[in-house]
Amino acid sequence: MSEHIVKAYQEELRMLRDLIARMGGMVENQLSQATNAMVRRDVGLASRVVEADPQVDALDRDIAHHVVKLLALRQPVASDLRLIVAAMRIASDLERVGDYAANVAKRSIVLAQMPPQVSMGPLERMSRMVQEMLKDTLDAFATDDAAKAMEVWRRDEPVDEMYSALFRTLLTYMMEDPRNITPCTHLLFIAKNLERIGDHATNIAEIIHFAVVGEEPSGMRPKGDTSALASADMGETGRAP
Amino acid sequence: MSNDSQPATVVADPGTTRSFGGMTARSTEELNTARIECRNLDFFYGDNRALKSVNLRFPERQVTGMIGPSGCGKSTLLRVLNRMFSLYPGQRATGEVLMDGENIISDKVDLNFLRARIGMVFQKPTPFPMTIYENVAFGIKLHEKLSKRDMDERVEWSLRRAAIWDEAKDRLHTNAMGLSGGQQQRLCIARTIAVKPEVILFDEPTSALDPISTLKIEELIDELKRDFTIVIVTHNMQQAARCADQVAFFFLGEMIEVAPAADLFTRPKHPKTQEYITGRFS
Repeated sequence: MSEHIVKAYQEELRMLRDLIARMGGMVENQLSQATNAMVRRDVGLASRVVEADPQVDALDRDIAHHVVKLLALRQPVASDLRLIVAAMRIASDLERVGDYAANVAKRSIVLAQMPPQVSMGPLERMSRMVQEMLKDTLDAFATDDAAKAMEVWRRDEPVDEMYSALFRTLLTYMMEDPRNITPCTHLLFIAKNLERIGDHATNIAEIIHFAVVGEEPSGMRPKGDTSALASADMGETGRAP
Repeated sequence: MSNDSQPATVVADPGTTRSFGGMTARSTEELNTARIECRNLDFFYGDNRALKSVNLRFPERQVTGMIGPSGCGKSTLLRVLNRMFSLYPGQRATGEVLMDGENIISDKVDLNFLRARIGMVFQKPTPFPMTIYENVAFGIKLHEKLSKRDMDERVEWSLRRAAIWDEAKDRLHTNAMGLSGGQQQRLCIARTIAVKPEVILFDEPTSALDPISTLKIEELIDELKRDFTIVIVTHNMQQAARCADQVAFFFLGEMIEVAPAADLFTRPKHPKTQEYITGRFS
């Protein structure tokens, strides 16, 4: 779209996009570091992730202030209004993702104190999947690419399915040996955190679609998480009829 | 672009849809049936075609806002609606402006009768240099013969409806020029509604007023739409967003897009509308 007649306004909108990009980058980094710390049992790295979380929160507040200022002083309409509202909503989604990353790091610290029990491979793969989703939604935001956002939106289902599979696997470990219960519970929470991050990326994709097109995406959000229907009795997990 | 596809549902009681300054009414896409309808309306200043095949409906007892850059034809359209142009030679309109099935731009419709049905409020307050009472009574006398008592009642009704009664009741027989700009404009609105028109046209009614007087006029417009069909031309987009149920965007004599206000200001369909309202117009 062509430039705004008021240069300062154009500049403020650009700054808002920059803030989102910066926050997105920071959150991606937090998640990637938290995952590395978990896989490598690196307590130092995990602690740094936990300590960096307030910076993410601060950026969320910065964005909220910037948005309120823009609304008050520029009375935005149409695509500008949608962009500004979207930025605020994306920032709060990113803030939640940051919290989940910090939580993964915290649990990694606890897990590092225990003897290694279970392969971290599936969790690491799941984390890479949601990191990719996050990265692609942020790219879609930067380029106003609604189609790309929707492509990410459809990628949440495999993440949910992976979570369901992990849930069942961890359950079997716990049933095998009660000593596994503590570490596996932490791992289960980590998996849940990652699954939630996927949901937030899906949310962000929907927000981008709204910002660009002016409408919410049509159709049901993809759902692949069936763990809510699982019982301890293996083999009875499945979708409701 | 025409607005043929809009649903023509009638809101049973306009009073029930009102809350928070009419926000409820404006946040829905429900537009009433048309009180006036322009069909393929063209307008010429000599050889200059100032309106190009305009198709637009003005829903009954709702507010239609018309926005667009200077020279886009919005004020011209307003002037066509009560045939103001007929005063000037060389200006002519073709096409139809239908009200109750009658083409009101045709010479067959009596001009005085038309002006009594379609009132107009101008940019600058234009009180006559006479008393407040006479200002309101003046127009009524042209159209009706009322007894002193009926006239008093009508003047009070008009001033009350225009939300200026409390400020004017103790000085009805003093010169209207002594009122403030905002009060003068409300007096002009009282004068317009005194003849009980069906439609009120506002041409930039608040551009000469301070923000508080402006808000009072906007509140008044919201109040008046219970009884009147309102058309407002404004350069102030926020004003259109605040007052209007439907907004039409004009550019170079064409009606580019018309939509319920909440839609037009959040997701305009036409790129030109988008550029204009977000301030990216070249």
